Amino acid sequence: MTAILLEGMQILLVAFLAPLFAGLLRALRAILQNRRPAGCWQNYRDLYRLFHKESLQAEGTSWLFRFAPYGIFGAFCLAAGIIPILATGLPLAPAADVIALVGLFALARVFQVLAAMDTGTPFATLGAHREMLIAGLAEPALLAALFTASLLSRSTSLSVIVAHLEQLRFALHPSMVFAAAAFFMVLLAENARIPVDNPATHLELTMIHEAMLLEYSGRHLALMEWGAQIKLVLYVAIGIALFLPWGIVPAAEIAALPLTLLALPLKFAAAALILALVETLLAKLRLFRAPEFMATAFLLGVIGLLSFFMLGA
Amino acid sequence: MISCLPLDLATGALLLWLGLGLSGLLLGGWPTLACRLVFPLSSMVALLLTTAGFTALTATPDHLQLRGPLPALPWSFQIDPLSGFFLILLGLLACAVALFATGYFRSLPGPALRRLMLQYHVFLLGMGLVLLAANAFTFLVAWESMALASYFLVVTEHEKADSQRAGFLYLLIAHLGALAILLGFVILAGATISQGGPFSAMLHAPLNAFWAATAFLLTFFGFSAKAGLLPLHIWLPDAHPAAPAPVSALMSGAMLQIAFYGMLRVDFLFLGKLAMWWGPFVLMVGLATALFGVLFAAVQTDMKRLLAYSSIENMGLIMVAFGLALIFRAHGLNALAALALAAALYHALNHAFFKGLLFLGSGSVLHGAGSVAMDRLGGMIRQMPQTAFFMLLGTLAIAGLPPLNGFASEWLLLQAFLLSPALPQSTLSAVLPLAASGVVLAVALAAYAMVKFYGIAFLGQARGTRHAHEAGRWERSAMALLSVACIFLGLFPGVLLNLLHPVLQEMLGQGFAIQQGLWLTPVSAQRASYSPVIFFLGMATALGLSFLLIWSFFGRPLRRVPAWACGFPIRTPAMQDSPMGFAQPLLRIFAPLYQAERQANDAGRWRVRIGEPVYRGIYQPLNRIVFWLSAQVLRLQQGRITLYLLYSFLTLLILLALWR
Amino acid sequence: MTITAQGLTWGIPLLRLLAALLLLLTFAMLAQRRLLTLIHLLAWQGMVLAAGTALVALLTGQSELWFSAALTLTLKAILIPTVLHRLLRRLQVRGDVEAVLNIPLTLLAGIALVIFAFFLAAPITALTGTVTRGMVGIALAAVLLAFLMMITRRKAISQVVGFLAIDNGLFFAATSATLGMPMVVELGVALDALIGFVILGIFFFQMRETFDSMDLQHLEQIREE
Repeated sequence: MTAILLEGMQILLVAFLAPLFAGLLRALRAILQNRRPAGCWQNYRDLYRLFHKESLQAEGTSWLFRFAPYGIFGAFCLAAGIIPILATGLPLAPAADVIALVGLFALARVFQVLAAMDTGTPFATLGAHREMLIAGLAEPALLAALFTASLLSRSTSLSVIVAHLEQLRFALHPSMVFAAAAFFMVLLAENARIPVDNPATHLELTMIHEAMLLEYSGRHLALMEWGAQIKLVLYVAIGIALFLPWGIVPAAEIAALPLTLLALPLKFAAAALILALVETLLAKLRLFRAPEFMATAFLLGVIGLLSFFMLGA
Repeated sequence: MISCLPLDLATGALLLWLGLGLSGLLLGGWPTLACRLVFPLSSMVALLLTTAGFTALTATPDHLQLRGPLPALPWSFQIDPLSGFFLILLGLLACAVALFATGYFRSLPGPALRRLMLQYHVFLLGMGLVLLAANAFTFLVAWESMALASYFLVVTEHEKADSQRAGFLYLLIAHLGALAILLGFVILAGATISQGGPFSAMLHAPLNAFWAATAFLLTFFGFSAKAGLLPLHIWLPDAHPAAPAPVSALMSGAMLQIAFYGMLRVDFLFLGKLAMWWGPFVLMVGLATALFGVLFAAVQTDMKRLLAYSSIENMGLIMVAFGLALIFRAHGLNALAALALAAALYHALNHAFFKGLLFLGSGSVLHGAGSVAMDRLGGMIRQMPQTAFFMLLGTLAIAGLPPLNGFASEWLLLQAFLLSPALPQSTLSAVLPLAASGVVLAVALAAYAMVKFYGIAFLGQARGTRHAHEAGRWERSAMALLSVACIFLGLFPGVLLNLLHPVLQEMLGQGFAIQQGLWLTPVSAQRASYSPVIFFLGMATALGLSFLLIWSFFGRPLRRVPAWACGFPIRTPAMQDSPMGFAQPLLRIFAPLYQAERQANDAGRWRVRIGEPVYRGIYQPLNRIVFWLSAQVLRLQQGRITLYLLYSFLTLLILLALWR
Repeated sequence: MTITAQGLTWGIPLLRLLAALLLLLTFAMLAQRRLLTLIHLLAWQGMVLAAGTALVALLTGQSELWFSAALTLTLKAILIPTVLHRLLRRLQVRGDVEAVLNIPLTLLAGIALVIFAFFLAAPITALTGTVTRGMVGIALAAVLLAFLMMITRRKAISQVVGFLAIDNGLFFAATSATLGMPMVVELGVALDALIGFVILGIFFFQMRETFDSMDLQHLEQIREE
C-alpha cells in the first residue's frame, strides 16, 4: 500500500515540480550570464497563462495534432512512475526496464515529430527531421551508457541497478565515469539544451525542438512545454539513479524516506547548477557539428563498455 | 492416426491452393466472380494451413513419401515444430493478403487476372512445399517453383522496362542462390542425394571442418541471395516495388523468412557442430545489412522502394539475432542461444505482419491516390483516414516503439546481447555489446525512415494528388487483421514465446523459460522484465486522466485557423520537406556512402540521384571481368572445323592421360 | 612490492580510474581540432601520469617513485606543455589542426584500435595478477591512439604532441602494470623524451624558416626528384 502511495506521490511530485526545476535552471543561467532572473516560478506563470488561453488548430491538421500533446504528456507521466526517484521497487517499476524506457521516450518523440509534420509548414518539418536525426544518433550513445550500468549490475531494470550500485558504496568504476559523461552529453542533446539546440532561441532556422511547436497554442502548447520540462527532470533523475544513487531506498523502508527527501533536492540543485554552467560556457554548435558531438558521446559510451571489459569494473 | 493429422492438413491445404489457382484459370472470364470467390476461399485455406502449423508444434514429427518422377527420386514431405512455426507465419500472412487481394484485383482485366491467380497460388504452394520438403530433391523443386512463380508475379506489368529489368536481376540472383544451395546439399548428403536421400541422412552430417565450412558458406550464400543480405540484396529494391502490393507483401513478409527457415534447418539441424567463426560472420553480415538497408531506406522517394530497403534492414536484424544464437550455440550456451533464436523467430513473425500491413497499405494508396511516389503524396490522412490509421500502427510497430510488436522482439535481442559476458572468450564478449549499439543505431534510424514514410505520405499538405478515395472494405478488413496481429504480438509476447518452446527444443535441445501471464522475463525478473500490457494501460490511464482533467478545467472548443507558419504569407505544399529533403541530414553525414548526384530536371527542379555503392563496387567490376573472360574464350573460337576437332582431340588425350 | 589490504580496496580502483582517464584524454586528443587544446590535453595527460606514479608510490611504498612522480609532474605536465605553448606563439601557427580523415571516422578507427589493443593484451592480462588487470591493454591502446593521431594530422606540432603521448602511454604501462620500474630506466626514458623534444623544436624553427609554414605537406617538396 505504501508502495502505491509512494508511486503516486512520485508521479505527482515530478509532474508538479518539473516547472520549478526548469525555472531554477533558467534563473541560474541568467545569474551566470549577468542578467536579472525572472525568478524560479516564472514557468508556473507561463503555464497558467497558456492554459487559460484559447487553443487554435491549424487548418488541414488531423487528429494526430490534437492527440500528440496528451500522448506525450501521458508517456512522460508513465516514465515518471517507472524511474526510481524516491524509492526503488515501486509497483510500476518492473513494467519497463531501461530499454523500454528509452523506447517510451522514443514513442513520445515520434508523436511529437508526426504532429509537427501534420501541420505541413516548412519550419515544423525542418525541426522534425532534425529532431529525428539528433535522436537517431543519440540513442546508440544513450544505450551504450545504459549497457555499461546494466552489465555492471547484471540487470536492465533501473530499480535493480540502483539497488546494486548503492551496495557498492563509493567504489570507483572507471566505466561508470565514462558512461556518466556519455549520458550527460545525451541529456543535453535530447532535451534541446545548448550545444545542440537552444531552448531560448527565436530564430526559426536554427531551431529544432521549438520549431516543432510553432503551430501549438493555448493548453496544447502548455502541455507540450510542461512535457518537455518533465522530460528534462526525468533525464536528470535517470542520471541521478545511475551515477549518484545513494539515498534512494527500497519502497518498503519508509523510515528512510525523509533522508531521501532531503538528499533529492540537493542533487537536483547541483544538477541544475552544472547544466546552467555548461550552457553558459558552451556555444551552440552548427547543426552539422552535432553529429560529431553525438559521435563523441557514443565514443565515451563505448570506452565505458570497453573499460568495463578491460579493467573488469 | 491422430499424429498424422498436421501433415495431412498441410498437404491438403497446399493441394487446395493449387486447385484454387487452376479454378482461377477457368473462372477468369468472369473477373468479379473469380475475385470474390477464389481469394476469400484462398484465405480460408490459409487458415487451414495455420491450423496445421499450430498442431505441428505439439505433435511428433511426421513423414510422407510419394512416388516421384524417377523411381529413385521420391517426393518426400515432413512436418516438425520448425516447419510448423513457419507454416503459421505463412498461413496468417496469406490469410490477410488474400482478403486484401479480393478487393485489390477486382478491376484487373480477365486474362491478366487469370494468369495472376494461377501464379499467385503456385507461389503460395511453392512456399508451403519448401517448408514441408523432406529431401533435397523436393526442396529444390519447391524452391525453384517458388522462385519462378514470384518471378512471373514481379513481371506482372511486363510491358514496363523497369519490371523486366527487375525481373531479370531477380531471376539471375535467385538461380545463383539455388545453385549454391544445390552444391551445399551435395556436400551435406554425399552419395545419398542421387537416391533422393532424405534430409534425415543429412542430420548431423559427419563432415570434417573444411567440408562443413564449405557447406555452411554455400548454403548461407544461397539462402542469403533469397533473403536479400548484403551484397546479394541488389534484386530486392527493384523486384518488391515492381510486383503488385499483395505479392510484395508475400515476398517481403513470407518469402524472405523462408530463406531464413532454410538457414535454420541447415545450420542447426544438418551441420550440428558449429565452428566458432560462423556466428560472428553471420552477425557481421547481418549488422552490415541492417545498417545499409536502413540508411538507404531513409533516402528513398518511393513508398514501396522504401519498404523494400526496410525489409533488407529487418532481415539484417534477424541475421544479427541468428548470428548471436550461433555464437552462443558454438560455445555450448544453449539457454542463451534459445533466447537469441527466440528473438530471431519472433522478429521474423513480427516482420511478416507489419511489413505485410505496410505493403498492403501502400497498395491502397496506389489505388486510392494513383501513385506511391512520395513527392506526389501528402495529407492522405484526411482522404484515407482508416488506411492512415492502420498504417500508423504499422509504422509505429516497424519503428520499434513500445508497446507494439517490433519493440518486443528488439528488446529480446538486446537482452540476449547483454548476456555476452557469459562467453568464455573475452574479446568476443567485449565486442558484442558494441554490436548491440550498432543494432540500436539501425533501429533508431529505422524510426527516422519510417517517420519519413508516414509523415511525407500521410501528413501535411497534398503535394500532387488532391483527390484520393478510401480503400475498399476487403482491403480495410485485411489491414485491420494485420494491425490486430501487430497489437496482439506486441501486448502478449509471452504467449508467442511459450508457443516457440517446442521449436527451440527441437533445434537446441533447450527451450525458453515459460513466460507467466502478462510478463516478459527472459532470464529472471531480477535481470529484466517488461510488461507491455501494464505499460500500455499505464500510458492510456495517464493520457486519459490528463485529457479529462485539462478538458474539465481549461476546456474550450478549438478554433480552426490558417496555419501560422511564422507569419509567412505564402504557404505552398512545395515549402514542406520533399522526400529527399527530409533525408538531407543523412545525405550529408553519410555522403561517401550515397554518392548522391544533384541534377536539374526539365521543370527546373533539383533532383537527387542516389548511387548504389554495392552495384558500382562489386557488380559492375564483376560484370567487366565476366565480359573480359568471355572475350578471352572468344579467341578459341576461330570458326575452322579442324581447330575444333583439335580441341576435342586434345581433350580426349588429356582425359585418357588422367584416366591412366 | 606488496600492497596493503586497505590500498587494494581504494587504491587499485583509483589507479584503474586514472588508466581510464588516460585513455579518455588520448581519445580527446584524437577528436580535437584546435592546437592549443591539444597542448592542454597533453598537460592533463602528464598530470594523470604523475598522479598514477604517485599513487603507485603510495601503495607500494617505493620512495624513489615519489621522485619519479615529481619529475613527471615538472617535466610532462608543466615544462613541456609550457614550452610548446610558447613555441606555438612564437611560430604563430594558426589555431586549427587540419585532419587528413574526418573526425568521426578517425574516432571509429580509434575504437577499432582499442579493441585490437584489448585483443593483443588479453593473454598478458591473463598472466598478470588481478591487481593490475587490463592496465597493459589500456596503455597499449593509448600508444596506438597517439600513433593514429600522428598519422591523421598535418601540422608538425601535433606530431610532437603525438610523440609525447606515445611516451606517456609507455611510461604508464611501465609504472602501473609492473608497479614501478628501476630508476635508471626511468631517467633514461625521461632524457630520451627530452632530447627528442629538443630536436623537434629545432626542426620546427628550421621548417618555419624554409617553408614559412608548419604544414607537413611542404615536406613533400624536398624529396629527390
